[in-house]
Amino acid sequence: MTELLWGAWQGWGFGQSSFNVVMGLIKGLLVCVFLAVNALFLVYMERKVSGYIQGRLGPMRVGPKGLLQTAADALKLVTKEDIIPSGADVAVFILAPLVFFAAATAIWVVIPFGPQDIVQDLNIGLIYISAVTGLSVLAILMAGWSSNNKWSLLGAMRSAAQLVSYEIPLVLSLVAIGMMAGSLRLGDIVAAQQSGVTSWFVFPQILGFIVFFTAGLAEINRAPFDLPEAESELVAGYNTEYSGFRWAVFFLAEYANLVAFSALAATFFFGGPTGPFLPPFVWFLIKTYFFIFVAMWIRWTLPRIRVDHLMNLCWYVLIPLALINLGWTGLYVVLWG
Amino acid sequence: MAETAVTGQLKQEATTPAEHELFVNMGPQHPSTHGVLRLMLTVDGERVLSLKPDVGYLHRCFEKIAERRSVPMVVPYCDRTDYLAAITSEWAYVMAAEKLMGVEVPERAEYIRVIVGEMQRIASHLLWFGTFALDLGATTAFLYSFRERETLFDIFQKLTGARMLYNYLRVGGVRNDLYDGFVEDMQRYLKLLEEKLIEYNNLLTGNRIFETRTKGVGVISKEDALAYGASGPVLRGSGVPHDLRKADPYSVYDRFEFGIPVGEHGDVYSRFVVRVQEFYESIKIIRQALKDLPGGPWQGDVPRRMKLVGDVYTRVESPRGEVGVYLVGDGSDQPYRCHYRSPCFVHLQLLEPMGVGHLIADMVAIIGSIDIVMGEVDR
Repeated sequence: MTELLWGAWQGWGFGQSSFNVVMGLIKGLLVCVFLAVNALFLVYMERKVSGYIQGRLGPMRVGPKGLLQTAADALKLVTKEDIIPSGADVAVFILAPLVFFAAATAIWVVIPFGPQDIVQDLNIGLIYISAVTGLSVLAILMAGWSSNNKWSLLGAMRSAAQLVSYEIPLVLSLVAIGMMAGSLRLGDIVAAQQSGVTSWFVFPQILGFIVFFTAGLAEINRAPFDLPEAESELVAGYNTEYSGFRWAVFFLAEYANLVAFSALAATFFFGGPTGPFLPPFVWFLIKTYFFIFVAMWIRWTLPRIRVDHLMNLCWYVLIPLALINLGWTGLYVVLWG
Repeated sequence: MAETAVTGQLKQEATTPAEHELFVNMGPQHPSTHGVLRLMLTVDGERVLSLKPDVGYLHRCFEKIAERRSVPMVVPYCDRTDYLAAITSEWAYVMAAEKLMGVEVPERAEYIRVIVGEMQRIASHLLWFGTFALDLGATTAFLYSFRERETLFDIFQKLTGARMLYNYLRVGGVRNDLYDGFVEDMQRYLKLLEEKLIEYNNLLTGNRIFETRTKGVGVISKEDALAYGASGPVLRGSGVPHDLRKADPYSVYDRFEFGIPVGEHGDVYSRFVVRVQEFYESIKIIRQALKDLPGGPWQGDVPRRMKLVGDVYTRVESPRGEVGVYLVGDGSDQPYRCHYRSPCFVHLQLLEPMGVGHLIADMVAIIGSIDIVMGEVDR
């Protein structure tokens, strides 16, 4: 595909660098479309899954089985009046959802849709991921501060407290993955798990997987770690004052984060887009959606954890576990690697 | 609205926090203040330094209205005080009027009252269970308990014609007899509820997150609970086995076997356990009442012209605590004075000793654990 385009591009008399720019734009656009379609579907799926868990039907009215409900909701959000609170810091207030969305999309640069289909297979992929995921907290802080609302501010502060707790175990669990694969490149991590189920990292890395999954849920603000927005405590936390399209952007980015987190869980521990018979992209979707389902399952089952308990959990439980895992991984790599 | 000295002072105190402190208005429009409770919080980070409840957003002059209405006309107003436990509010009022007029209630009517009263307790506790779980972020438990509550409301609807505000008790009895098949309906429902309670237990009790959120939070000692005048599950959660159905048996409660669940630590978790246990006690009482249900009339002889003479205080154990009605009669058919004692109003005072020093997230759990109904607080 790329070669074909490259040929045409040369035929038109353009060079390599301009081709790279155009290809980057196309890939970026594809990722954005992928995320938007996913978010549309995930809102529907979340409502159906929660309905199933809670013994009710979920959306049923708009379209067959309520399939068009999200489209109707999105239309409503887009056409709503754009409200900026009078005391808000307008520039930051407008910028915050964009930063949040940018941070959510930036992760997708390194996520492998197939063994070769990566937007840009950075050789520092793991470091890039841990750097980019921290960015979303900045956006939440911006949103909370600029809203000029005390509940938003409290939500933003919670988010910062959450960041210093989950970031360390998360990065430590990624380090172990890097050691297993012997590379920070996500393409190599997938390649290392290519030879069937037995080569999946989840078996030697079961501790790492637990740490990654828990800290990861905290990172994407999913229940039971949805502290920054905690609607029953902080009304809606950092997005109390957001409505209409700006809120929709936050929402979209949150679902993009959920997909990214699930895709990363699949990539690091379950072989990513590799699998028999079906094309890699299908395997990628199957595995990703499995973890999305698990995250939803958890959300609709557990009560919300308290902010200081989350810090305790991360510092006293997850970090020691991650360190033990790191030591075990070193041993594993030396003995059987 | 004119500013009184008290509210002015409250405002003064509340709005002048120190440098590192933040004044936050929790309510009256907050998803977890169960209606229109307003809490004036001063917080340091998320830790609550001081707390003042502000009430009155749902005041509807119940007591004054009662003075200008004849006794039967007030019963529907009683429904609207504690709208989640309409039967018990009606009961306290009707009982007061009966005592002032010296009306005898037939045995069957008393049994029916006990049955609907305990059904009401179950319905109210089901709502409490759901909203309490919702406050803690467990959305699914909320929908589960509402499902069972709706099933119970179906029976209420068949019996009284209404789902929440029944207007069912009458001076000297109840409005209508049990319908054919009520006993079977009820037995089927109790069996269903027992099954579902296991499901609820699996969802929350023993859940690690739930326990850390509730244990040791919002502790109120036995002495404090008594000193503040707490009643109902809040008092029992602190370890005082006080239940008006046993301590001051009204109606025919002295004929039934049931226990008084008591908590140990006076924290949110103890109150949770007490209320969950009360489901089982209510089931026990209803089963016994259905078994011994006597025949006969469901409405006693009541003088056509009701005359209230003297004064009386009657109290019943509502799902929230001691609901009392103080009624003074001057010989006419309208009470000279009617005072309604609301347990939730008393429990609101407890918020300060319970909540100060805890986080905002705990405040939500504490408010949920005292099971507040603003309609009853403001009346």
